[in-house]
Amino acid sequence: MSDSFNENDADPVSGWQAFIDDPSMLLFLGIASPTLLYTLWGVMEVLSVPIAGY
Amino acid sequence: MTTATLRNPQDFITCPDTGQNINKPVIALAKAHIFTAVVYLLAGGALGLLVALTRWPAIHLLPSELFYIALTGHGAAVLLFWCHIFEVGVAYYFCTSPINARLATPKIAWFSFWLMVVGSAMGTVMVLLGQATVMFSAYPPLKAHPLFYLGVILFAVGALIPMFIILATLIKAKNERTYEGSMPLATFGTLIYAIIAIFTWVMGAVIFIPTLLWSMGLISNIDPQMYRLVFWALAHSTQQVNICMHITIWYSLAAILFGARPLNEKVSRMAFVLYLFALQLGSVHHLLSDPGSSFTWRTFNTSYAGYLAVLGSLIHGLTVPGGIELAQRRRGLNNGLFEWLRKAPWGNPVFSGFFMSVVFFGFLGGITGVTMSNQQINMIIHNTAYVPGHFHGTVATGTTLAFMAFSFWFVPFITRTKLAAPKLANMSVWLFGMGMSVFAVFFMAAGHLGAPRRHWDITFADAALKFDFSATVHMLTTVAEIGAAIGGVGALFFIISILGTFMGKKVADGVSVVPQLAEPAGVVAARLHGGTEPHIKGLEVPGSLVLCMLLLTFLVVYYFAQFKYMATIWGIH
Repeated sequence: MSDSFNENDADPVSGWQAFIDDPSMLLFLGIASPTLLYTLWGVMEVLSVPIAGY
Repeated sequence: MTTATLRNPQDFITCPDTGQNINKPVIALAKAHIFTAVVYLLAGGALGLLVALTRWPAIHLLPSELFYIALTGHGAAVLLFWCHIFEVGVAYYFCTSPINARLATPKIAWFSFWLMVVGSAMGTVMVLLGQATVMFSAYPPLKAHPLFYLGVILFAVGALIPMFIILATLIKAKNERTYEGSMPLATFGTLIYAIIAIFTWVMGAVIFIPTLLWSMGLISNIDPQMYRLVFWALAHSTQQVNICMHITIWYSLAAILFGARPLNEKVSRMAFVLYLFALQLGSVHHLLSDPGSSFTWRTFNTSYAGYLAVLGSLIHGLTVPGGIELAQRRRGLNNGLFEWLRKAPWGNPVFSGFFMSVVFFGFLGGITGVTMSNQQINMIIHNTAYVPGHFHGTVATGTTLAFMAFSFWFVPFITRTKLAAPKLANMSVWLFGMGMSVFAVFFMAAGHLGAPRRHWDITFADAALKFDFSATVHMLTTVAEIGAAIGGVGALFFIISILGTFMGKKVADGVSVVPQLAEPAGVVAARLHGGTEPHIKGLEVPGSLVLCMLLLTFLVVYYFAQFKYMATIWGIH
């Protein structure tokens, strides 16, 4: 069993790395992105289809 | 170098073979989840075999009513229950062991496990009773018994809770300082998996709660287009959750088998972040041929954003084999382009299943997924056999094969029993990988010639409007179903081996249960190079680069071949 399973990168943690290591930030962005771009935008598209007249 | 620190040794067991620390509650939870998942693979696989033997034109086994019951049950059992119950068990391990963390709230983890069991059992029973013959997608106006929807909702809630347990575990570990700096890649991949799964299961609740009310007669109408939109936010994303976990498993197995590191860990992390932003947006490719949405929405999600996720997959596709190649070359297997690969432990199902999963996922599931996300190409394969051909390339030869390979290492590891029926285990990954690949390729070819998906009888023998497919379509379908049957035998061998391992006797301390995998680096170096680590000249991973260029070339040629084929169907006169 290699130690590489338990170890992370040897380099120091950069600011960007610290940003993407934050679970709360990732959670927010990971939910917001598909909710806005897929679900809400898609719902608006479907709602904008006119109701057929009879 | 930063490593994890063991803060509460009384809460852990140290594996005598690997030296890994595993949190005690995780062992029982992982066993329960994986055992249950394998039972669902058995049920779903048996139903899948019935579907294959019915779509095999010369056999045509089941009458139509039973065919659609089997098809619905197969989809639910393997796409939902097998994959997602398995993943939760493995995720508990990945979010704890690599960082020596204790699992947060094990009692709630057990509660969620039983919710998944009850929900999945309820859904399966209703399908088998013929009360929910609505197929995996359950599109209204097809209506199932309310207990089916309730079962799916309970399952979704049971699958959602563990994602918050994973987040809580990581926050607790950070506070207890069990690790410093960035978390290891396997744990990071599990975090991304959990976040994508939260979106997925919340979307499940958003669509299935009103559908339950509709089936109970409390709501008069479900808009079919709105259902399809939100349903695919659930259903497509469930498969993205699978991808995230099986790629986490790839990285872990590369480390476990070879001591391999990703070529560049920061780049691999970014590839996971690309998944987080873009992977679920590919859900639109299920709606590309639907009315009611703009070209902008479709193309932005499937092409512009979707290709960011493809970029993530291409990065994983280079760094996983590249990491193995680098580790192998440093161990002395440094001749030519592919000595590192030829002399890999192909006789071990952990490696052979894992590497086949990497190759098949890229060439079969990945490339076909990219091309079918193109608006124009999608219209020539929409609702044909091409679609199940594609997703068997992702879910069967990608995800399931990776899970099988990982199980052959992980189940002996957590049960402290020897792997049962090792010869069957070895055969299982080859039979399953090759059989399901044949199914995927030939079913996609049949789809290109117009063979419909989900259809009981493509001869249309008792249909009012007749249509005769060419003999080629029947030949392609037959070969595909032979492949499915061979794959089913492979899955059965896997199940026998894993359930036998669960039921085996624990070995005494000092006896190794985790099979010795690749030769230790020092042994190889001593044998080949007199004990010195060889100097690698030029490119560090030329073999992996060649494999990736082959994949890219195949992607480009396949993409243009699809357009060429489309031009022959829709000629401009």
